[in-house]
Amino acid sequence: MKIAIIKYNAGNIRSVSFALDRLGVEHSITADPEEIKSADKVIFPGVGEASSTMKYLKENKLDQLIVNLKQPVLGICLGMQLMCSHSEEGDVPCLGIFDEQVKKFELPKPNPGFIKVPHMGWNTITQLHSKLFDETLEGEYVYFVHSYYVARGEHTAATTPYILPFSAALHKNNFYATQFHPEKSGDVGSRILENFIKL
Amino acid sequence: MLAKRIIPCLDIKNGMTVKGIKFVGIKEVGDPVELGALYAQQGADELVFLDITATHEGRKTFVDLVKRIAQHINIPFTVGGGISEIKDAEALLNAGADKISINSSAVKNPQLINDMARNFGSQFVVVAIDAKHFEGDEWIVTVNGGRIPTEKRLFPWAKEAEERGAGEILFTSMDHDGVKQGFANQALAKMSTDLSIPIIASGGAGSMEHFKDVFTVGKADAGLAASIFHYKEIAIPDLKRYLQAEGINVRL
Repeated sequence: MKIAIIKYNAGNIRSVSFALDRLGVEHSITADPEEIKSADKVIFPGVGEASSTMKYLKENKLDQLIVNLKQPVLGICLGMQLMCSHSEEGDVPCLGIFDEQVKKFELPKPNPGFIKVPHMGWNTITQLHSKLFDETLEGEYVYFVHSYYVARGEHTAATTPYILPFSAALHKNNFYATQFHPEKSGDVGSRILENFIKL
Repeated sequence: MLAKRIIPCLDIKNGMTVKGIKFVGIKEVGDPVELGALYAQQGADELVFLDITATHEGRKTFVDLVKRIAQHINIPFTVGGGISEIKDAEALLNAGADKISINSSAVKNPQLINDMARNFGSQFVVVAIDAKHFEGDEWIVTVNGGRIPTEKRLFPWAKEAEERGAGEILFTSMDHDGVKQGFANQALAKMSTDLSIPIIASGGAGSMEHFKDVFTVGKADAGLAASIFHYKEIAIPDLKRYLQAEGINVRL
């Protein structure tokens, strides 16, 4: 088993690597197309801004590479958003693996519940249907930090309520994605990563 | 539903936890990774590690420590203390820190908040504010651990920090800190109304009820404390069960 973590100009890629270390899984952080294509599984992590990251992916020809991957791919946070068709963050067309749109959270007005943006902290995942999740994970807490979201749609694999119910995870064919950070979600997150590794 | 967060804070000097720590098997001056892992296992939602080292050598030790924390602990953590330049933040990001907290350096050079947010994203930037109550709605922002008053006032400064790109505010009331009589709930509630980013409350935790109040009256998104956890006056699992029974949404 060899996992490739796609290296690009995103923040805190190391934490995904550390999480795989804790699970004892062999992996590399790489931008080498051959190494990514030949890996058993690919993780596309992400913290950062959508339009500048898309620009970087295009300049380094990583965009077409990711879209054409055949093995299981897991996008995380910004990685998931970039796998959608368009992001409001910087008004940029994205990879289009999922035909969903990425929109900015709007604060309710008035705001009696003192709702904040970014959506930051631990929230529940429900209505799970994807091999990333087993039934014991229904209603568990995972860690989120994001200001943009994907609405619920045909590829929604987990739902989280915040301002409105949104897609906490997506799944289509060999492509999996989570809006939350499994690598930072304690033991629950480790189990989700293990489920991905077992695919 | 988004859970209210409980955040233990560890002071670090030369790579070790300082202040008395009353945990079985952990020495009074102990390994922060060991203590952090214990808190994570007990249900802490995040951790904060504050470097109070003054020397260059101690600083290098801190970056090494951050890497060990990132390797061993599977919940988010913030690091702070002595971060005044982009390159300080970059070293900590590369070591695996999820967020950095800036305090005095942001007061001296507010542009630092913009620069940090642009380089690393707002989610990486916590602006910590230490303030002392003056009169009415006026709180004086202090630096150097509360010792030096500045021209800045709490509410305008918090708003400015948000506008410059801070992802969260960590507010410590110097009047409440260490007194264990509860958090500065009125000021916190005003800040939570004024700002649309999360507020972490710090200073004043002495009982489980104080945490209930900081979330209900103070409208805080997270409650931070140090000594009550280190001295085992309150255990995190007990605190969370209490809060849940009081109708506050926590991660159990």
